[in-house]
Amino acid sequence: MIRVEIPFHLRTLAGVDGEVALTVDGEVTRASILDALETRYPMLRGTVRDHVTLKQRPLVRFFACKEDITHDPPTAPLPDAVASGAEPFLIVGAIAGG
Amino acid sequence: MSAIRVLVGTRKGAFILTADGAREDWSVSGPHFAGWEIYHVKGSPVDPDRIYASQTSEWFGQVIQRSNDGGVTWEQPGSGPKLPETPPGAEDGEPMPQGKSNMFVYDTSVETGKPLTTHQWYDGTQHPWEFARVWHLEPSLTDPDTVYAGVEDAALFRTTDGGQTWHELAGLRGHDTGADWSPGAGGMCLHTILLDPADPERIYVAISAAGSFRTLDGGKTWTTINRGLSSSFMPDPTAEIGHCVHRLAMHPSNPDRLFMQKHWDVMRSDDAGANWYEISGNLPSDFGFPIEVHAHEPETVYVVPIESDSLHYPPEGKLRVYRSRTGGNEWEALTNGLPQKDCYVNVLRDAMAADSLDPCGIYFGTTGGQVYVSPDGGDHWSSIVQNLPSVLSVEVQTLS
Repeated sequence: MIRVEIPFHLRTLAGVDGEVALTVDGEVTRASILDALETRYPMLRGTVRDHVTLKQRPLVRFFACKEDITHDPPTAPLPDAVASGAEPFLIVGAIAGG
Repeated sequence: MSAIRVLVGTRKGAFILTADGAREDWSVSGPHFAGWEIYHVKGSPVDPDRIYASQTSEWFGQVIQRSNDGGVTWEQPGSGPKLPETPPGAEDGEPMPQGKSNMFVYDTSVETGKPLTTHQWYDGTQHPWEFARVWHLEPSLTDPDTVYAGVEDAALFRTTDGGQTWHELAGLRGHDTGADWSPGAGGMCLHTILLDPADPERIYVAISAAGSFRTLDGGKTWTTINRGLSSSFMPDPTAEIGHCVHRLAMHPSNPDRLFMQKHWDVMRSDDAGANWYEISGNLPSDFGFPIEVHAHEPETVYVVPIESDSLHYPPEGKLRVYRSRTGGNEWEALTNGLPQKDCYVNVLRDAMAADSLDPCGIYFGTTGGQVYVSPDGGDHWSSIVQNLPSVLSVEVQTLS
């Protein structure tokens, strides 16, 4: 299972506490994790990336194994520690605004 | 026994204020959708327990919420969680959740005649049309599943399935002037939608800073209705478009008469927007945002004067609602129960409403987090709540 941490506002939207656990088909990438997340929690569609273009929303960041991977290609493989569930995949709202 | 439900949208969530018809003892529920900006919450006039909310965030975009029980519980229409054990195709026959209730995609089909892709930007260049948020939700007068949504960048959308899917009424954005629309300081938003109770094909909308528009065919084609407006900030003050209309109001008994709070100037039309004339009269300032009409007196109008476009607070630090019983020009200050010194809040365009009890109640919310009620048409005011987050919108439901 892939462990995913989502920010407070999206946890309240999805009605979950803490991490969510997802089964990801195929290679574990940012795109495949988001596909699995949006399938399991349809209410999150459009909140992390655009419905149609799949473009990431500008104030959302992604972290894996303490690295900011926001600007890596969405289909790039994620570290084994994320794929094995040893480390969570983090979706973070940018620290900006009030 | 009648009851009142006030729906309040704020910068950090929605609140629901309830009282009986005396409008003295209030209960407060919320925050709903804590931490999210709630631009607007409004109930269906057909089914008051059906309520829609526009939930937005700079970070996470648009969400539409719907309640079927008067705001006790909420859901994103058609976006419920997929249960882990639910197989693809949902064997019980229920459609799979689609998660499209927050999907506002501009129409680019050839059927619109001229699918626009750009509008004028602040610097005069053309800029792509980009969806930002839903400013205003206007439920149909006849069908609880049909709702109109005014959005930024300015366009009109409609759902006919209770908010599960939204489709643009692209004729508005395809108006001849569309490419010349440009944003006001708050963004290029469609913030006002008035549905004519006598003619379901006639709709009025207003856009900052394009102006006012009217359709007579249910949204297929639109006409500008800005004749008589004058905006000194424009190269041509009386141009067909470019006016920063802040709000329109209409009494359902006379849908040909419209009232307008413009950036500057309070205006009135007696011919369905074809011509406007100024009714600012003796107001201390004719700048402001909301305008509202009394439920039982079509000639009684309310505004909240604001110092200026640079100083968004009440003149002299006195929070005064002004009432005209003559359809404008002659205004009286309503101050009883409102702070009359050191008050520097604003009242935004969607943050004033009237109930339909007799006597009529008037409500408004401030950027300082107060929601005020007058149960006697404005003669006496009291605060229902004093410390909410900044109030973006106020709507009221009169329940029997």
